Amino acid sequence: MKYLTEFRNGEIAQRIAREIHSVATRPWKIMEVCGGQTHSIIKNGIDQMLPAGIEMIHGPGCPVCVTPLELIDKALAIAAQPGLIFCSFGDMLRVPGTDADLFQIKGAGGDVRVVYSPLDAVDLAAKNPGKQVVFFGVGFETTAPANAMSVHVAKRRGLKNFSLLVSHVLVPPAIAAILESPGNKVQAFLLAGHVNSVMGYWEYPPVAEKYKIPLVVTGFEPLDLLDGIRRAVMQLEAGTHEVENAYERIVTFDGNQHAQKMLAEVFEVTDRAWRGIGVIPRSGWRLSEAYREFDAEDRFHITGIHTQESALCRAGDVLRGAIKPAECAAFGKECTPRHPLGATMVSSEGACAAYYNYGRFLSAEQLATAGSALTHA
Amino acid sequence: MCLAIPGKVVGVAEESGLRMGRVDFGGVVKRVCLDYVPDVVVGDYTIVHVGFALSKIDEAEALRTLEVFRQMGVLEDEFLDGEEAFARAALEPQSNCPDGSCTRETVKNAVN
Repeated sequence: MKYLTEFRNGEIAQRIAREIHSVATRPWKIMEVCGGQTHSIIKNGIDQMLPAGIEMIHGPGCPVCVTPLELIDKALAIAAQPGLIFCSFGDMLRVPGTDADLFQIKGAGGDVRVVYSPLDAVDLAAKNPGKQVVFFGVGFETTAPANAMSVHVAKRRGLKNFSLLVSHVLVPPAIAAILESPGNKVQAFLLAGHVNSVMGYWEYPPVAEKYKIPLVVTGFEPLDLLDGIRRAVMQLEAGTHEVENAYERIVTFDGNQHAQKMLAEVFEVTDRAWRGIGVIPRSGWRLSEAYREFDAEDRFHITGIHTQESALCRAGDVLRGAIKPAECAAFGKECTPRHPLGATMVSSEGACAAYYNYGRFLSAEQLATAGSALTHA
Repeated sequence: MCLAIPGKVVGVAEESGLRMGRVDFGGVVKRVCLDYVPDVVVGDYTIVHVGFALSKIDEAEALRTLEVFRQMGVLEDEFLDGEEAFARAALEPQSNCPDGSCTRETVKNAVN
């Protein structure tokens, strides 16, 4: 906690927080898109440094969280097949499907491997020509270039035993869906900086213009987040709706053109179901026609999966900002990180898991009071 | 999940038609694909996500960011793979069955 104290008492953090306090005249609701940002905000108590009326709403940008339960079950069914190597990033190991998780599948004899890079899975396919190798490709635009390259390389190397179980999701359609949802409360967005390191921010000016909403490209470090919030509040107070870049040391307007070219070749836009939200039109990527033969869903034809989400879970309300995690009756009782009922508890980047892990069991009103007391202390 | 970690390129080599580099993240060295950053050379700093360099970054910024991420405790999660990842997952159980008792049979059935 030494780091937390140092950050909060630091001269720059205090100066930015003071500036936010001095310009804020009204309550505003700002959504940080990315789960990594949610984690950082809660861990560092950034929301508690803000004026009482400035509320951070935690967005759907946790790819593990929004992966549909049905796809998790498909992954588990594929991973359990004999003579097959199932590769994933480590954060998927403990995400529960209907009957098990990947960790348990391995314990029961399934060949599940955690890789650092999707290219490691391609190498496994080359070294094990007698086995099917499947990579679970989940993520936003940040992770997509890596997954796209893995398929591209597998095709070039003629590896018929490699495939991708793909569930890529995209930030701009999710923002549009949130803004168009009935009862939306979000008035500004902090964009996910590392998504923009790949995609740039050329896609966003039409979004800002259409919905008259400030969008601030923001980093992940505590000071980056405070600065992103400061810029969003200044725009809200001034009544402007620009796309602003508060992460210039990493993000350019155009983004990484080499990566975008590969993405355009390997993927095509498709409708995607988001756990806790539902289907959002044109909100994800699937393999394009030229690469469809590498689609694990087509290759393994898993059928007969019936999933049912918990009736207690209010992840959808949390993701829309309608409630804070602690306002859900199941939070910390039936639903914990060890026993998650829904999207926002399944990964440490989910809003409910972040609140649980950092001991945020207070209601929104109590939090606001505590936040104001802390800042003025 | 979407964090990109800054590191220093300490080696570049061609592997199976890819421009691969060795990148040093404050002591942890990983194999990283440099295809998306053709202008990055040995000695440069770059931000890396799941084994892919995404953009060049200034040295001072890279060192500062790396230190902040280290203090935030996010580096271990980013670099863990293989059996170490399972060992860590075992320490932090997260499951639809907290004590593991209820699904053992179901899982066995799924595998057999």
